[in-house]
Amino acid sequence: MRATLRRITLVVWIGVAPVAVSEDLASVIHASFSDSGQATLMRLEQDPLQQRCSQPRDERVDDDIAMALRQERLNAVVFPEDGNFLGDWQRGAAVAASGRGLQSNDDPSIANGGNCYACHQLAPTEVAYGTLGPSLTQYGLRGQSEAMLRYTWTKLWDTHAFNLCSHMPRFGAQKILTEQQLKDVMAFLLDPNSSVNQPAEGPSSAH
Amino acid sequence: MRRQSDDAMTLYRFVMMIPRWWLLLMVVPALADEGIFDQYRDLMGDDNPAIFVIEEGEEFWVQSQGPSAATLEACDLGLGTGVTRGAYAQFPRYFADTDRVMDIETRLLYCMETLQGRDREVIAAKPYSLRGDFGTELEALVTWLAAESEGMIIAPEQAHPKERAMYAMGEEIFFYRAGPHDFSCATCHEQSNKRIRLQQLPNLTEHTEVAEAYGSWPAYRMSQGLVRTMGWRLQDCFRQQRWPGLIFGSEVSIALQTYMAVNAAGGVMTAPGLKR
Amino acid sequence: MAGRIKIRAQKKGELTEVKALMRHPMETGMRKDQAGESIPAHFITEVAVLHGDHTVMQAHWGAAVSANPFLGVRFQGGQAGDAVRVVWTDNQGGTGEGETTIR
Repeated sequence: MRATLRRITLVVWIGVAPVAVSEDLASVIHASFSDSGQATLMRLEQDPLQQRCSQPRDERVDDDIAMALRQERLNAVVFPEDGNFLGDWQRGAAVAASGRGLQSNDDPSIANGGNCYACHQLAPTEVAYGTLGPSLTQYGLRGQSEAMLRYTWTKLWDTHAFNLCSHMPRFGAQKILTEQQLKDVMAFLLDPNSSVNQPAEGPSSAH
Repeated sequence: MRRQSDDAMTLYRFVMMIPRWWLLLMVVPALADEGIFDQYRDLMGDDNPAIFVIEEGEEFWVQSQGPSAATLEACDLGLGTGVTRGAYAQFPRYFADTDRVMDIETRLLYCMETLQGRDREVIAAKPYSLRGDFGTELEALVTWLAAESEGMIIAPEQAHPKERAMYAMGEEIFFYRAGPHDFSCATCHEQSNKRIRLQQLPNLTEHTEVAEAYGSWPAYRMSQGLVRTMGWRLQDCFRQQRWPGLIFGSEVSIALQTYMAVNAAGGVMTAPGLKR
Repeated sequence: MAGRIKIRAQKKGELTEVKALMRHPMETGMRKDQAGESIPAHFITEVAVLHGDHTVMQAHWGAAVSANPFLGVRFQGGQAGDAVRVVWTDNQGGTGEGETTIR
């Protein structure tokens, strides 16, 4: 609301004293950054999804373009060729805990992490979790039906297939994680033996 | 140099060094870092290691430097030549002599160049200290100038069309998603009551929260052992967003500071702050 | 060359409160530089706070203390105008000291 009011105020001001706003935004952004390690200026070029999602949360509109974009993302999901969705949950736990990868100061020869704990609660014994995303503790209770496996994989691969303009990275579509890493994270979420799916005990489970 | 998981580990190790706080953590494990750091702040009392950096900044202001062998005392920070009291609170602002909107850091660089004859490229090449360094001149000056505005109302100028354009651009950049993780500033800072790991995130679109956040920078960062400026904080955000390197004194840096300062307008400067 | 220390000492009721910021890299010896070479350990091993000739605090420090250590000490007694000193030695034989008067 405040943002909208401010926009209206700005439009009035702009009418009085003409100033360019978005026209040269891309060139201003480009001129304000420099290549740094593996993080090059190419990363600043937006794809259609990023362009569509670059607005305030409360200004998103669920229109035909949004629906088309969601369907396109869904169609683009790449499932495991061997049809096997589940890897090793302990390796998956390591992927979830690792926040490294793709930053300018990261070594590109070292595997990227998923940094899942930045935003999600996972294993109930891990207290250092974020709240930007919902808790995934005991995710495995959902079972391992084909539908659940495909749904979970799709969320990890490209969450926008279901939730357009979500804040969650596209771990598969943007090649942040490898297919094997994704399978390991799937196991971390769905394997009944995974630490994610152990009973919550004591105060650490409260949230 | 530091990653998100390193931040969490540093915090964890710090907390574990203090036995009674570890007990606290076991009793209320979901306690976000704010509670623990409130206790640390109480222990510190009114003081903050930044008090010494303030002194250094004041020394740099009156120190004769550069080919012109001049001090910075003739620098105009928007309130007239040499007026430092209250100046920081009104940044970023338009300056007629450069015909552009400047933040405190770019303005200081301008004064170093024009008053002292120093090479801006040399200073801009390393404006911020690396971990373990002793703090740069720029960091010290910004800390002192922030202290000169302590307790004052945040009131960035928005009378000039370029100032308003800078705000509008800052808002667009704030929501601009890019990079392999599709991160914008908004990814982390457009909602209230959220945290990354145990670090609470201020909602920079909401007045009270952005006023508290913006007004407490520059700040002594315990994990860095140094006072860090808002310009440094933006640079580090972009690194964590998987974006390329933010250029010191760039339009994006000034635009985002303008966006935050205007959203914070009416709040109170509490800097230099004390942060994890 | 003696290292820099900035000190403040203030009377607070019956106590004197001393705060000091020491400039020191406090290298643990575990870090490696860009070339992969180990950065040698360089940290403060002894630090003391003196009120006149009287040592009010002495500590053994090590690699666990972070760079540019900030020290706060409160002791009984001390009057405005008294001298307070902070001194340190490090593992490479370096020393630092700073002095102030109680306000």
